[in-house]
Amino acid sequence: MYQYDKYDQSIVDARVEEFRDQVKRRLAGEITEDQFKPLRLMNGLYLQLHAYMLRVAVPYGTLSGPQMHMLAHIARKYDRGYGHFTTRQNIQYNWIKLDECPDILAELATVEMHAIQTSGNCIRNISSDQYAGAAADEVADPRPWAELLRQWSTFHPEFTYLPRKFKIAVIAADEDRAAMRLHDIGIQLVKKDGVLGGRIFVGGGMGRTPMIAPEIKNFVTADDLLSYVEACLRVYNRYGRRDNIYKARIKILIHEIGADEYRRQVEEEFVAVKALGIDPPQAEFDRITAFFAPPAFDAGASDAIDRTDPDFAVWLDQNVKPHKQPGYAIVNISLKKTGDIPGDASADQIDVMADLATKYSFDELRVTHAQNIVLPHVAVRDLPEVWRTLDAAGLAAANLDLITDIIACPGLDYCSLANARSIPVAQKIASRFADQGRQRDLGELKLKISGCINACGHHHAGHIGILGVDKKGTENYQLLLGGSGAEDASLGKITGPGFDEDGIVDAVEKVTNVYLGVRADGERFLDTYRRVGMEPFKEALYG
Amino acid sequence: MGDLLRYRDDAAHEEPAVTLDAFLGASNATAVRIEPGEDARALLPHLDRIALVEVAFPAYRDGRGYSTARVLREAGYTGELRAEGDVLVDQVPLMRRCGFDSFAPRAEIDSATLKASLERYEFVYQGAADGAVPVWKLRHG
Repeated sequence: MYQYDKYDQSIVDARVEEFRDQVKRRLAGEITEDQFKPLRLMNGLYLQLHAYMLRVAVPYGTLSGPQMHMLAHIARKYDRGYGHFTTRQNIQYNWIKLDECPDILAELATVEMHAIQTSGNCIRNISSDQYAGAAADEVADPRPWAELLRQWSTFHPEFTYLPRKFKIAVIAADEDRAAMRLHDIGIQLVKKDGVLGGRIFVGGGMGRTPMIAPEIKNFVTADDLLSYVEACLRVYNRYGRRDNIYKARIKILIHEIGADEYRRQVEEEFVAVKALGIDPPQAEFDRITAFFAPPAFDAGASDAIDRTDPDFAVWLDQNVKPHKQPGYAIVNISLKKTGDIPGDASADQIDVMADLATKYSFDELRVTHAQNIVLPHVAVRDLPEVWRTLDAAGLAAANLDLITDIIACPGLDYCSLANARSIPVAQKIASRFADQGRQRDLGELKLKISGCINACGHHHAGHIGILGVDKKGTENYQLLLGGSGAEDASLGKITGPGFDEDGIVDAVEKVTNVYLGVRADGERFLDTYRRVGMEPFKEALYG
Repeated sequence: MGDLLRYRDDAAHEEPAVTLDAFLGASNATAVRIEPGEDARALLPHLDRIALVEVAFPAYRDGRGYSTARVLREAGYTGELRAEGDVLVDQVPLMRRCGFDSFAPRAEIDSATLKASLERYEFVYQGAADGAVPVWKLRHG
């Protein structure tokens, strides 16, 4: 994985000192909270319901064992012994003290980590496919492109006060594991006549006006990437709406002027920008790419595996995915054990995962947008030991992509924007469907819960989505069906009137029963919904 | 009103800036003020007779002026480029990178804080309008 040189380290160290100075000025009353807000947000520090929340960047979701250990250390020393992995492949801490924040950043900097641009109206942490470098279906590792974008976007002087936040994802396979088209810019790497380039999609997003990004450019090579993306951003910075915070994302601009007109403006801007010489040479791309070379796999490793332990076999079938290297596998660690808070991990669990990465996965881990953790490169022969260790730590829930593998935002338990709680709803649904046989029978079923219309829990992209709203002072939950954040991206539709907290759990059960009754062979819930439409589900819910 | 901060050797341009409409309406003004929603490219045919462009920042959150500055510098404008309005100390380094070389902040900017802020980062990742050498160039010569 990428390693800092003296330049990267110098920039991150300078950031720690800058933020220390900003906090000092705030605590001394030299700047107002209103003036401090954009500064702290640019460093991932939010003021939540009960305390400050700090979001630490995990660039494109990749981190090392020592970095993971540092996350555990911070949870122990500065928080309440746990952290929350997010849908942006980051981690956030919910109980942070403002005056300790500079020290946390200083500790992070010792392992090449930071909280730069994890919030604010700027270019956020770049996200990517959690199986990058391990998946058999990728045309290339997308992470060198993501790292190129990370460096370019870090403290970009022109794009730090954009109309609204800006999220970029890079993938390199037809199967979209990163919800790429629900980003402000989504890039899919493809090969054309043997040359690697990116398809550029712009203007996707969730929030209160969800949109799937249209393709703006069908092929951009690495040596034009930064100029092209800079042109995309400049058009947005100049013409994105600033009169209404809810209409300020780039998706609204593109919706209002049309993809063709936006493309025309970008192409025009690209001509001007390309002449500036802002694209690094091939040597820099090669330097970055070298960090992502495949690890030293054992070429003779065997795929043989003893499946006699039934619990192990279930976990193997559900959470372990094929690797491009024979004799290796991709291990998904579910942070969705029934009763737990989706995405939360204790400091001890984080340490366990870090140690496993060091010992069994070439010192590498990934955070997924579904709030799980991946050990990307595990030898098949080590799977039983990895599973036993995970099981002992409460990390062996065998529910990847099943109905209890729920994405949920922090909701009203933590978040100052939320209208309703998400976590208790997730826990109740997980309990209802806790039976392993039952959830496996339901098959792939992505259930996503947001506690408000901002959609941090990706409810629009859930096969089943749940949106918490405030209805005359009480929490109410709307049900959506048919969303997808994958390569078949679609937006869920609301079934009808909402439900109370227990009612929504019953409603989820009813729609899954409809599915079980009418599904054809091999159909997932989503496939059945697409075939039969909303009516049978509505009938069961409201009939 | 804070003091005018200048990073130029020439004398400050004294002529008051006129609106973009007034400037384009065949005026012989040499100083023009650009509001956030206005297109700086309208000035490009006239750059050789402009001595001062004042870019308005009515609220610090509105970042359109950063692009305005870059568009003008990229087109070869070498006159004074002034950020006026809600300009805060932590924004000055970014504005300098976008090509601003003078600042008329609404509120006083503490000079010691500003100095530290401008000197804090030894390296930058990306090329912009200030001539700072991006690290990729330092890495590869």
